[in-house]
Amino acid sequence: MKKLLVSFLVIAAAAIAQPRPDITGSIMGTQKAVIAVPDMRGAGRAEALMAIVNSTVFRDLEDAAVFKMAPKSMYPTRVPQQPTDFRKPLQYDPNNRNAAPWLQDWSDPPVNADYLAFGYAAEKDGQIVLYGWLFNVKQADVSGAQAFGKLYFGPVDEAGARKVAHEFAADILKHFGVESLAGSKIYFVSNRSGNKEIWGMDYDGQGQKQVTAYKSISTMPSVSPDGSRIAFTSWALGQPQILVHSLETLRRIPFLNPRAGTNQNASYSPDSKQIAFSSSASGFSQIYMANADGSGIRRLTNTRAVEVEPKINPKTGNDIVFVSGRGGGSPQVYRMNSDGADVQRLTTGEGQATNPSWNPQGTHIAFAWTRGYDPGNFNIFVMDVNTREYVQLTSGAGRNENPTWAPDGKHIVFSSDRGGRSQIWSMLADGSQLRQLTSAGINEKPAWSK
Amino acid sequence: MTTNKASALALALCLSFFAAGCKKKVPAPAPPPAAKTEAPAPKVVAKPIVKFFTAEPATIERGQASSLKWEVTGAESASINQGLGVVGNSASGGVIAGNRSVFPSNTTTYTFTATNAGGSVSETVTVNVTAPTPTPVKDTPAPKATFGEAIAREIQDVFFDFDKSDIREDARNVLTQNADKLKTIFRDYSTGTVTIEGHADERGSAEYNLGLGDRRAIAAKDFLVQLGVPADRLRTLSYGKERPQCTDNNEACWQKNRRDHFTGQ
Repeated sequence: MKKLLVSFLVIAAAAIAQPRPDITGSIMGTQKAVIAVPDMRGAGRAEALMAIVNSTVFRDLEDAAVFKMAPKSMYPTRVPQQPTDFRKPLQYDPNNRNAAPWLQDWSDPPVNADYLAFGYAAEKDGQIVLYGWLFNVKQADVSGAQAFGKLYFGPVDEAGARKVAHEFAADILKHFGVESLAGSKIYFVSNRSGNKEIWGMDYDGQGQKQVTAYKSISTMPSVSPDGSRIAFTSWALGQPQILVHSLETLRRIPFLNPRAGTNQNASYSPDSKQIAFSSSASGFSQIYMANADGSGIRRLTNTRAVEVEPKINPKTGNDIVFVSGRGGGSPQVYRMNSDGADVQRLTTGEGQATNPSWNPQGTHIAFAWTRGYDPGNFNIFVMDVNTREYVQLTSGAGRNENPTWAPDGKHIVFSSDRGGRSQIWSMLADGSQLRQLTSAGINEKPAWSK
Repeated sequence: MTTNKASALALALCLSFFAAGCKKKVPAPAPPPAAKTEAPAPKVVAKPIVKFFTAEPATIERGQASSLKWEVTGAESASINQGLGVVGNSASGGVIAGNRSVFPSNTTTYTFTATNAGGSVSETVTVNVTAPTPTPVKDTPAPKATFGEAIAREIQDVFFDFDKSDIREDARNVLTQNADKLKTIFRDYSTGTVTIEGHADERGSAEYNLGLGDRRAIAAKDFLVQLGVPADRLRTLSYGKERPQCTDNNEACWQKNRRDHFTGQ
């Protein structure tokens, strides 16, 4: 609730400040606190793991896109490891090499930080223990500066190092009212086992694991908002049909497919109780809605065109965006009410527009569009659904498809063949901070879940 | 035929097993009485003596027979492995003798085992199998093609325009020929179904192309049914762009992938 209010204020502030609406600015926010994150040191067996700890903390904070990261080259040589290292000098002298660390080392130029994350790690009772602190270095004294100090425990291995680092970074983000992406998962399709199967991984590309093993074609995954189920399209039973797996047991859950040559593109309602999908039961792929087990099916569209990829607004549960070839043209992105009424085209009619995906706030969609390029050369766009203003995030770098939003509403994961073969990439919703997350085989159709 | 019988038997056994499992549990039997402390002195029995176990001829051409012959004294039972099983019993431990023709398709070693209370004795014999000398090829008529082969040979792909599922002029001609051939093939083969696979080129989205491939397959099916091909022997299956027959990045290749392909099952 607080977050909502904050983002509303940010959007409102941005709208007042700029006469012309700035689409990504309203998503990304404007004012950012500057944070310094000097490398922490470790004792005993923790020492060898500090490279992982430091890079994970730094990346989690940088990726969250709520801070400006103070440039490391500007950091002072006097780095505190714990609060007692700070000694208030009688006369502050930044050039006194013998002086103890002080807050102004970080708040003054050239670092100009608002916050300092610091600490150290040790091995204790067969565990790695990370002592982490967040200080507001603009404060006058140490007691006022401490935002929090906490201990983090994990096994003395790489996974343990990542765990304590993710937890420290998550607590720092929580202090700013931001949920860390560290616990979130990205599901995607990979052919690295020899067949297209559904895979899952951490948000930063770590821990890639195979979810399905049908040895057929399994693709187009979609996770229920409650995180309990994953629906996808598979040829495992012969014709392309919707299959649902539990993400707890990884076993198949019954889903009643209508009698049709093709059933595909399942996606969930915000309460996880309804599924929208595309079925060719009528002879044309059309948009349908059903209960999560496939019962209680109802048809939402009625055209003689191919209509696919329905996505229900995660906030209102009422608007559905989808892709349609109606009117005889190439596919475009449309919206309608969840009862099928009030259909409007959102894209201009140029090129092919596909793969719409709502942001968690239900205000914007990301989608893939060939506007301005030859057929097949898709780029990622973001559109404000109310004003229909759009901005292009990728350009001139291969084929970019299937953008979906992170739970934080600031990151987008998508597939791109800019490096040769299709791989999973993430970026911020303003197109910056590109990261490649996969490299083995061909990887596509990412879906980001909480 | 025999495998059918065997599997039917296995099924029956399984069913009876499960049926037994469904029954109400009977109380556990009473524990056996305590063993007697004094065991009777074991009776000493001499092992059986195998007089001979032979295969004649020891080398055959594939398809020919070899005759296994045996004689054993003092055995209560005799058996041969390789699926021949028990070949003789003698309650008194007398003479067991016999023969059996075998038709191994590859070189095979047979083990003859004679058993009595004193133990068992084994003998082995190997039948070498050579490939038959090829006979000159005669002008025999070629075997009739299977349904799937007939479809693969006779029924041609039809092609589509980019982002379209309309039947083009050239596709009309191909489908008209396909309809005639399908009617003939369906007359010749009383069973078998044709799957019309709809494919798309790589440029559209996978999702839209899956719907488009579905349309392309249905469009061809509707056309064939209008020309009198029985609908109940046609089914449609879209692969979208998941199974391209060509992966180059040019129009010639894309056109090859925008197709309906026919397979017979």
